[in-house]
Amino acid sequence: MSELAHRSEPASATQPALCIEDLNAWYGESHVLHGINLTVNDGEVITLLGRNGAGRTTTLKSILGLVDRRTGSIRVAGNEIINQPTHKIARLGRLGYCPEERGIFSRLSVDENLHLPPALSEYGISVDELYQMFPNLAARRNSRGTQLSGGEQQMLAMARILRTGAQLLLLDEITEGLAPVIVQALGETIRNLKQRGLTIVLVEQNFHFAAPLADRHYIIEHGRVVETIESSEVEAKSEQINQYLSV
Amino acid sequence: MHFSIDLILAQMMLGLSVGAFYAMLSLGLAIIFGLLNVINFAHGALYMLGAFVALIGYDYVGPWFGFDDFHLGFWPALVVAPILVGCFGMLLERTMLRRLYQFDHIYGLLLTFGFALILQGVFSNYFNISGTPYGGSPESLSGIANLGFMYFPKYRLFAIIFSIAICVATWFVIERSRWGALLRAGVEDAKLVQAFGINVPLMVTLTFGFGVGLAALAGVLAAPIYSVSPLMGANLIITVFAVVVIGGLGSIKGAIISGLALGLIQGLTKAIYPPAAHTVIFFIMVIVLLTRPAGLFGKE
Repeated sequence: MSELAHRSEPASATQPALCIEDLNAWYGESHVLHGINLTVNDGEVITLLGRNGAGRTTTLKSILGLVDRRTGSIRVAGNEIINQPTHKIARLGRLGYCPEERGIFSRLSVDENLHLPPALSEYGISVDELYQMFPNLAARRNSRGTQLSGGEQQMLAMARILRTGAQLLLLDEITEGLAPVIVQALGETIRNLKQRGLTIVLVEQNFHFAAPLADRHYIIEHGRVVETIESSEVEAKSEQINQYLSV
Repeated sequence: MHFSIDLILAQMMLGLSVGAFYAMLSLGLAIIFGLLNVINFAHGALYMLGAFVALIGYDYVGPWFGFDDFHLGFWPALVVAPILVGCFGMLLERTMLRRLYQFDHIYGLLLTFGFALILQGVFSNYFNISGTPYGGSPESLSGIANLGFMYFPKYRLFAIIFSIAICVATWFVIERSRWGALLRAGVEDAKLVQAFGINVPLMVTLTFGFGVGLAALAGVLAAPIYSVSPLMGANLIITVFAVVVIGGLGSIKGAIISGLALGLIQGLTKAIYPPAAHTVIFFIMVIVLLTRPAGLFGKE
């Protein structure tokens, strides 16, 4: 990826990368999100923290239209996407989504998984560079997706969306269940991507992983943002954060 | 009882030519089930529709438009019928079937079953149930070929080779091409594929059209061998469902291999113990269901 890779068109540069206002979402009859508000500026890394079932994953899924019903406003680089069908949202918003269960297709090889999502912009990272970034994947490019270890699957899920040139990454629990050394490597990757100017929304349970990476933390409870914490405030509010995240 | 090798080989070749139809039909069913999760009970009726496109194209279309000498030949029918029936299938998917995906399998099955009955009913009203011979059999494939161990109708030989070629090509596209990768990924997690920016609803429609087109292609291919009858699909489809169950619901490779293999076994049974020829596939189905409920090539 070149030095210029991270800049979107001038028109959208003034807009926040992602702006969510009064987002409500439903699965069937159950009302899961109750008015989420959050803003992510171009090039920022933010986290959505909270307990299981608080609505963090649902927030990501709502952005992509993967819930049964949603209301409110979601603007990506200035484009309103709340009424768009799922397959248009990725292109309009240059969104890269990494689901919690990683979504590696078992009937596809590593290479096929990597090439599956269509390109969203010309700023995609080349396959060669991705294989340098994640050397484990290169060695296993012809393996079936599910023959990979958890860490390798996670790297594949990340690599897959980086190839598309997505500018806004929605990453759901990427450290879950992985060995510390791999979590550390993922931290490096996130830092590297932030340097390249990508905008990243992390859903995390592992605050120690997220704290040094993020510009801002949103704590979500019962489908609402209950606290917004700038990275500079983390130390002062550590007591509070622990309280929100303790099970 | 004595069996001559010649008799067995002859029956096996005939069985293979039946198996070629099983393979093409179960392949379409497997593709449709894989992506749409719909058990397409109209598949047999759409196979019949394909045969009727060939028949009507040959005997009726010319006179309808005042050109008594016009006959849509076999080769053009081989192209026209899958396209027409495929479009009809896509219309069916877009307007009706699509509304049922959110519900249980059984609703799609009932809708397509209803469609099969309607199509059979309409055609039974205008055409002879016991069958109308198809006049458009290609000249170039008439006669008999010497296979060394037996004489075999040239057309049937062509049908076997053609079906296997179509099946292998379809398998290749699904397993090796980018289009196929999207299809396989869609079978596993359609929502995620859509979240990547792929128009999955359109992909579903085209896939249904393709599966249905395969049925119509088989129908045209069958027209010169069997007489064209409104019930030709209904008679065949039950066996084809057994083939799909044996191969493993949704398995592409399973559909092709078990289609051909069961045709062979049926032929063999006809030579060895004719009364069991029509039931042997169902015996095998029972055994497979008891030992490997997901089918020979299905995932547990």
